[in-house]
Amino acid sequence: MRSFEYVRPSSVSEAIAAAAEPGSVYLAAGTNLLDLMKGGVIRPDRLVDITRLPGLDRIEPLPDGGLRIGALVRNADLAHDPNFFRAYPAIAEALLAGASAQLRNAATVSGNLLQRTRCGYFYDTASACNKRQRGAGCDARQGENRSHAVLGWSDACIATHPSDFCVPLVALDAVVEIEGRSGRREIPIEALHRLPGETPDVESALEPGDLIVAVRLPADAAGFAAHERYLKLRDRTSYAFAVVSAVAALDMDGGKIRRARIALGGVAAKPWRAHAAEQVLAGSDADAAAFRHAAELALADARPSGENGFKIELARRIVARSLALAAAGTPERLPALPASPFSSAPGACHAA
Amino acid sequence: MNFPISLIINGERRDLELTDPRVTLLDLLRERLNLTGTKKGCDRGQCGACTVLVDGRRINSCLALAVSHDGADILTIEGVSQGAELHPVQAAFIAHDGFQCGFCTPGQIMSAIGLIQEGQAGDDPERVREGMSGNLCRCGAYVGITDAVLEAQQHLKAANRRNAA
Repeated sequence: MRSFEYVRPSSVSEAIAAAAEPGSVYLAAGTNLLDLMKGGVIRPDRLVDITRLPGLDRIEPLPDGGLRIGALVRNADLAHDPNFFRAYPAIAEALLAGASAQLRNAATVSGNLLQRTRCGYFYDTASACNKRQRGAGCDARQGENRSHAVLGWSDACIATHPSDFCVPLVALDAVVEIEGRSGRREIPIEALHRLPGETPDVESALEPGDLIVAVRLPADAAGFAAHERYLKLRDRTSYAFAVVSAVAALDMDGGKIRRARIALGGVAAKPWRAHAAEQVLAGSDADAAAFRHAAELALADARPSGENGFKIELARRIVARSLALAAAGTPERLPALPASPFSSAPGACHAA
Repeated sequence: MNFPISLIINGERRDLELTDPRVTLLDLLRERLNLTGTKKGCDRGQCGACTVLVDGRRINSCLALAVSHDGADILTIEGVSQGAELHPVQAAFIAHDGFQCGFCTPGQIMSAIGLIQEGQAGDDPERVREGMSGNLCRCGAYVGITDAVLEAQQHLKAANRRNAA
């Protein structure tokens, strides 16, 4: 690992000033950052340690019925908060479907949002990668790309965003609170991550020095709690990134759907909201035909970026099945294998 | 530039001067403090061999910068037994053959202690397996490990009841 300067600011404004200098990166838990630095994938000059900044580790209910989650809240603490699970069960399920217990104990909310792709060519410094080095080319295009993007990709980059947590956050219209050199602003989380286009090295809407201080859930995000599920297909049932994942959140009126929220993970460089699929479900019956139709719409623009055409039909099935699971109702307690399409119950049907 | 840090390691306060900010908690334990029970497997957060408890929570010490953990209370495998008396999780690993080569075992045991303290798995073997998925065992002793965790948990529960009575 290349050496770096270590600074530990005591206030948000000090942190922003230090991080705005070229070559600086923020350090929270470091679970992704250190891995990248050990591999020489990123080589920062300065680490700005934000773990001691005051006031960023709280989960605060807001007067309007929303919830504010501090940037330094640990993934495990959020997922296991009983009030949080009752109001946003699919977010808790997504968190517990990600990484391992050790990593969830360390990893933070903002770190999860800003984690980098797990594309093997981004990690392998001997390979060409436009994300690592603008204009270098993309070895993933002709390489091992079965897990790569099927939506929103470009010739320059076919990497996916690896987060589970971000998928239900996008579906539920979460807002990201940012402190920067010109003060505080907020953006919808759907606008945080960028599609690659010609500049896959530009991954987010953040400017130099920008610090995510909180993620906020609007009041109506808790209105789906009775009918929401996250479903994640992986190459192994635990401790693996998604091949394809989806969240479905329904606001039900008997057997009819009032409102639907749908987003997918593992399919694009950002968590992928399926607005058209949501709209077609509003006012519709909650049945298999409606779910399949919604799934078709969600993947309408999908195309393979390599040997990954199977992900398109897989994603349709995961969307349809997450809708069916959501319609059946949120379980009182998460299953033993959170978000898994496979059940440990003997005799359970595994067919999508 | 030097970085003075202070840690509680296995109950003992250690005041240390770091000459390099790159030192991970894992390398500090192994190379500087000679606590080599904590193992370096992948060094990238994928295998769990380096698991320790920091302020009571299990984490991968290979992905933790020592300088960022100034003030932390750290428990390693060297600190879990009471003199010659093994920790109930250690005893259960022996009773259930929860290892073969032993390289992953310190990490497995620290992770199991963390899992039991978290209290999320109950007595469901599937939840124990899921909660232990951050610890790989290339000898494949998973069946024994799961049995050991379940038994140790029962043992600790019974001991807590006795202490409360």
